[in-house]
Amino acid sequence: MAYVAVKGGERAIDAAHAWLAEARRGDATLPELSLEQIEQQLGLAVDRVMAEGACYDRGLAALAVKQARGDLIEAAFLLRAYRTTLPRFGASLPMDTGAMRLRRRISATYKDLPGGQVLGPTFDYTHRLLDFALAAGGTPPPAPQATPDGEATPRVTGILAQEGLMAPEAPSETEPPDLTREPLSFPAERPLRLQALARGDEGFLLAMGYSTQRGYGNAHPFVGEIRMGEVAVEIAPPELGFPIEIGEITVTECQMVNQFAGSKTEPPQFTRGYGLVFGHGERKAMAMSLVDRALRARELGEEVDAPAQSEEFVLYHCDNVEATGFVEHLKLPHYVDFQSELEKVREMRATVFREAAE
Amino acid sequence: MSNAPLLEASGLTLRYGPVTALDDVGIEIFPGEVVAIVGESGSGKSTLLRVLSGLLKPEAGTVTYRAPDGEAADIHAMGEAALRRLHRTDWGFVHQNPRDGLRMGVSAGGNIGERLMATGARHYGSIREAATEWLRRVEIDPARIDMLPRQFSGGMQQRLQIARTLVTHPRLVFMDEPTGGLDVSVQARLLDLIRELVADLGLAVLLVTHDIAAARLLAHRLLVMRHGRVVEQGLTDRVLDDPQHEYTQLLVASVLAA
Amino acid sequence: MTIETGYNFGYLDENTKRMIRRALLKAVAIPGHQVPFGSREMPLPYGWGTGGIQVTASVIGPQDRLKVIDQGADDTTNAVSIRRFFAKVAGVATTERTSGATIIQTRHRIPEVKLREGQILVYQVPMPEPLFRLEPRVSETRRMHALADYGLMHVRLYEDIARHGHIAISYNYPVMVGGRYLMSPSPIPAFDNPKMHRMPALQLFGAGREKRIYAVPPYTSVQSLDFEDHPFQPIRANAACALCGARDSYLDEVVTDDKGGRMFVCSDTDYCNTRQAAREAAE
Repeated sequence: MAYVAVKGGERAIDAAHAWLAEARRGDATLPELSLEQIEQQLGLAVDRVMAEGACYDRGLAALAVKQARGDLIEAAFLLRAYRTTLPRFGASLPMDTGAMRLRRRISATYKDLPGGQVLGPTFDYTHRLLDFALAAGGTPPPAPQATPDGEATPRVTGILAQEGLMAPEAPSETEPPDLTREPLSFPAERPLRLQALARGDEGFLLAMGYSTQRGYGNAHPFVGEIRMGEVAVEIAPPELGFPIEIGEITVTECQMVNQFAGSKTEPPQFTRGYGLVFGHGERKAMAMSLVDRALRARELGEEVDAPAQSEEFVLYHCDNVEATGFVEHLKLPHYVDFQSELEKVREMRATVFREAAE
Repeated sequence: MSNAPLLEASGLTLRYGPVTALDDVGIEIFPGEVVAIVGESGSGKSTLLRVLSGLLKPEAGTVTYRAPDGEAADIHAMGEAALRRLHRTDWGFVHQNPRDGLRMGVSAGGNIGERLMATGARHYGSIREAATEWLRRVEIDPARIDMLPRQFSGGMQQRLQIARTLVTHPRLVFMDEPTGGLDVSVQARLLDLIRELVADLGLAVLLVTHDIAAARLLAHRLLVMRHGRVVEQGLTDRVLDDPQHEYTQLLVASVLAA
Repeated sequence: MTIETGYNFGYLDENTKRMIRRALLKAVAIPGHQVPFGSREMPLPYGWGTGGIQVTASVIGPQDRLKVIDQGADDTTNAVSIRRFFAKVAGVATTERTSGATIIQTRHRIPEVKLREGQILVYQVPMPEPLFRLEPRVSETRRMHALADYGLMHVRLYEDIARHGHIAISYNYPVMVGGRYLMSPSPIPAFDNPKMHRMPALQLFGAGREKRIYAVPPYTSVQSLDFEDHPFQPIRANAACALCGARDSYLDEVVTDDKGGRMFVCSDTDYCNTRQAAREAAE
């Protein structure tokens, strides 16, 4: 009897898991990927998983990429589910990205600036031609080296601020909210928004940021500065009473400069959209800074009418682990509800046909 | 008309930055009375309406409403729950743009029925009956009861908004340029309808308009506003036929000229 | 099955459980009111029962006997997966018997057998907000709940009758709890709604992705919205179960061939099995 086919969930799940493991490994005659290989050679995938998984650990992220068969949203999900079981010891001190050991630093607003522009390892000026030599493998010749001149590399927004052209960010000593401990509530202040965006899906932020450039939200952005490199993380344990460095992480920071016409309390000046992402994640940092600026519309007294300016819309939909779960839950059985719908539609059709016949 | 005012406001002041929207404004409106606030755009009349109806808080001054039981309450101190209740029972608000006052995705019947349901009506047949009756009263063919407002002309939409507002027999109705976006011929018909309904139901109405002719037709009393101040007030005929303030004279003259 | 090491009993750490229990207490104190809570990331996807799992994990103890159903059945894949999860991280006894369970976690159904005092029914909730299709802004729906401003929901029902002749909601049918809060019963068929009314068991609702918990304490009034002249009518397929003959249970329609052949069987597998066993014993 066909009805039996929907039974036997236990055995089906075991078999599916076994099949998954086999498919993950692929052709067993080929060498297996090591986590080190993933970490080294698929570094940007690892970075993305750390950013969206909201957990800075390259080794675990590489494991997640391997376990997820390269599905980066699935990998971020694995990392999040691991992260959530970890105890929280405390919060770090604010990182000083101004003291970053730079691997990349560019500004689109100044031709040259103190500390200079550093292209770093970028795809920007490559021609997107498939490199068939890469298919053959091999070690590239070493890149040319230069010694840093030790010149300070102040942030561009700081340069603007000296002239009073950049709206200052109000300093705050209040502890930022923790999205992983407290549910979102609205209106959401900027620390909460930035936190949500930093964990948000790159594709979603990209589309939202892009929409502000196409007229959905009144954006006039310039890349003040993008910098990528290593920054020290410090904590100040209460029992010590002074900060200690616990390590170094790679981050990408984007400061987007936007014109602001001024309000009754503020003179015309530039305002900032801010993006900060774990690892080397320039596209996301830029998109995040556009969306951050768009979400400031309310506080700056601008018209709020575009999707990217709506806190509820952006913050409730930017998390890909939430989004993928809910979209994909549609493949779970819904036949109980569907049965009710069937009966309802049959009843409604019967009514219509009966009335038509009368 | 009873002796105690239905709505009473005094000392209302509100500034937007350097612009003074309301400057020490006072007003009272008695049961069954139609009061029009006239003035040019930017005179503060729409702000006054929003402050009087509790939608906007003034910097100074009070607005007091007297409930049917005689109890008077400061509407800016009563809290959102009480204010909303007032808005869906004792009060009505007719917006200039019917889209602001109607649910465009809900049928005409549903639009009229909403206030009844919000105040506890739970009999589909009676709700439908009331909606039919009100469509008839505002001169919309009851056969259109299940149509969406977007299938209606502008004048019909405005009449539907009025039906939706009056269905619960409010005591006080705020009207913000109710004939604003309409053709002249449609305006005249709508004004007649409003006048009839107001008289039949004994409504108190606070009407904001820049249309002196509308004010003359509907209002018992008139307030003339300029730069956030009431420059003149009195019985409609007196103010329009014998304006004292030079701004009122100008306003009346420009209408006659037009 | 052995208990997974490296995790606390029930997977969640004790602080998280305490936080969730506080939310549950608040939810019980205000029946039908949605309480925001710090929903954790779970090792199962959002929308697959993370809210229900967190609620169950917070109330379960080593002595409990857990039953997990999805679509009324114990052996659907997601029910199996969740039952295994708790067997693994809590080592609790599991059962398929409704009457033998102390906690029943469910998706989309309420068991046919009347629940009793002392039992807890945990619902998995995808979307806790009953008004979301009418008003998507959460800040606005919260205000509507605070002010008990539910006219809009009735407008929706009015529109259904005007258009179709009757209310066209067949599942996730909105209810008023304790005469005060409008509540989503989760996507159970409307057929199950009357079972919620004055149920002796405690009903807990967890929405993980939306980070909301709500509850219906025992013996609380739960009324499906309707009109006096169009009363609420739960529907089921007009047939008897092909396996146990029940005419009072909710039925799944099973397509048996591609020529229009179909049969109806109980959605509640425990109910159906119990009835079949009783019939066999009598024969």
